[in-house]
Amino acid sequence: MFHSSIHGLRIAITGGTSGLGLALVRRLADAGADVAFIARGRAGVERVCRERPDAHGIVGDISEMEEIHPIAIQVLGALGGLDVLVNNASSLGPVPLALLADTECEDLERALATNLLGPFRLTKALLGSLAASAREGGAPLVVNISSDAAVTPYAGWGAYGASKAALAHLSRIWDAELTAEGIRVVSIDPGDMDTPLHELAVPDADRASLKNPDQAAAEIIDLIAARVARTLAPEAIP
Amino acid sequence: MIPAAVAVQRPSDARLMVVDAAGQVVHKRRTDFPGLVHSGDLVIANDAATLPASLSGIHLATGSSIELRLAGRRSLLPGHIDTFTAVVFGAGDFRLPTESRPLPPAFSAGDSLQLGPLRAVVREILEHPRLIEVRFEGSAQEIWEGLARHGRPIQYSYLSAPLALWDTWTRIASRPVAFEAPSAGFLLDWRLVGRLRARGATFATLTHAAGISSTGDARLDAMLPLAEAYEIPVRTANAIDAARRGGGRIIAVGTTVVRALEDAAAYDGGVRGGRAVATLKIGPLTRLRIVDALVTGQHEPGTSHYELLRAFQDDPVVCRAIEEAEMHAYRTHEFGDSLFILRGQRFTCPSVTTTSDIPRGRPSEPASESGQTAGRSG
Repeated sequence: MFHSSIHGLRIAITGGTSGLGLALVRRLADAGADVAFIARGRAGVERVCRERPDAHGIVGDISEMEEIHPIAIQVLGALGGLDVLVNNASSLGPVPLALLADTECEDLERALATNLLGPFRLTKALLGSLAASAREGGAPLVVNISSDAAVTPYAGWGAYGASKAALAHLSRIWDAELTAEGIRVVSIDPGDMDTPLHELAVPDADRASLKNPDQAAAEIIDLIAARVARTLAPEAIP
Repeated sequence: MIPAAVAVQRPSDARLMVVDAAGQVVHKRRTDFPGLVHSGDLVIANDAATLPASLSGIHLATGSSIELRLAGRRSLLPGHIDTFTAVVFGAGDFRLPTESRPLPPAFSAGDSLQLGPLRAVVREILEHPRLIEVRFEGSAQEIWEGLARHGRPIQYSYLSAPLALWDTWTRIASRPVAFEAPSAGFLLDWRLVGRLRARGATFATLTHAAGISSTGDARLDAMLPLAEAYEIPVRTANAIDAARRGGGRIIAVGTTVVRALEDAAAYDGGVRGGRAVATLKIGPLTRLRIVDALVTGQHEPGTSHYELLRAFQDDPVVCRAIEEAEMHAYRTHEFGDSLFILRGQRFTCPSVTTTSDIPRGRPSEPASESGQTAGRSG
């Protein structure tokens, strides 16, 4: 659906081949945004590119330090600049979910690499472009996808919850610091969605009780539209 | 001067030599820079990010190993990524100074090059056997992916370790269009940008595809800088007008900013927003129309950067600055110390010019590179 405030925005989405990320790619491309998406698997990227030839697919793993700049180059090569970055790619940590006492350090490191360091590094690599967008009159925005597990200490969600809590706090500090550059950084909890990630975490969940990722994508698009309209409240974000 | 051998963008002991409008030399620390900026000044930096412009590969006709260094592009539009000017090097890596590298095989138009996943065809041999125009095969997306994954930043033999791409990106790096880092911008970080604003100055950017700085070949080096594409945002052009009307100075961060602004102003003395290709070479005969001061690295005689300094001050002043830099062991090259040079009094022209009193045409020699024209739009 065409969305006048989204039309023409240059938007990059990590984890764009499944779940919320894929729903965002579809909806944002429908709304007339210029979309680049990133995912680890080439087959998945090619599949989404076939479905959405209007979106730019990039193969890359944001948890790997060496891949950040090659990803950033391809995002900027495809879009010629950037207005919105959605850090959506996430790792659960140990699968199946484990008590913290049973969590291997390497599993915690993996969750932090994907959920905290990856978004930090990619945002940093793209910060110059977001600042350029602001200097040229845009309303740049970074959306970090968080979770209620960042707030509530659910047993078994230690690696994921701790990494998302860190991401949420990183977002708040970054938002405070980057106001002077005209960049907003928010983290949002899209709710429990019916996605491959949720199925990995809770294989026997009642899927009917879960939110459709398409609904969560629509809410995020409203948030982007509010940012463009400069009506995004400073305290709007948990 | 000694080259800075470690790739640290903002070493805590970095120094700043100041050459004031009267030609006096003062030694400061680089962190003192914001204190030299006045309320109403406009500081303009080049926000180009650096492409991994060094591509290793094979010249298929001879099977020889080569290194191709991308050096120029006709426009910064993201889709215009298939055709480049490039400088060819023979086999070898950064540990061998470029002047000691073996020569590449003789290239002919139509030759194919395999550069990792990228295939390219030599379209034309330009004014030097090692300066060529290449065209990559494939879609824009495939070319961007090939460059991003296979390319490496252009390396410097004076550094103790190979440069990673992140070493070459300034804090403000935006679109990846520079072939070598716009290294004067290494002095900027976000805190410093905030300090400039707190001083009452304005911070603005342009995007200039900084080209190759040296090739190790005297005849090629004499052709530098090659034509360089740039883009000046309308807001930056407006900020220049506002600063000049208010009596503020235009302070360029880096020689590329000087080149872009003076090239843009060469037509009628004013800067408009838009895209163009800089062919202007700045030297002692250039009359600067826009830039009042430049913060840059330490440059040695014989380089195009040094020639550019001669547009700011008389030769005795520039010579004295170099002597002072030698005497005080300033570090040179990309990761070295800085120089803040103000335009000498003799070089000052009225801060607001009108179209009528500026002669038409370019004040300097014509472009050295064929096939690149100063087409303007916007």
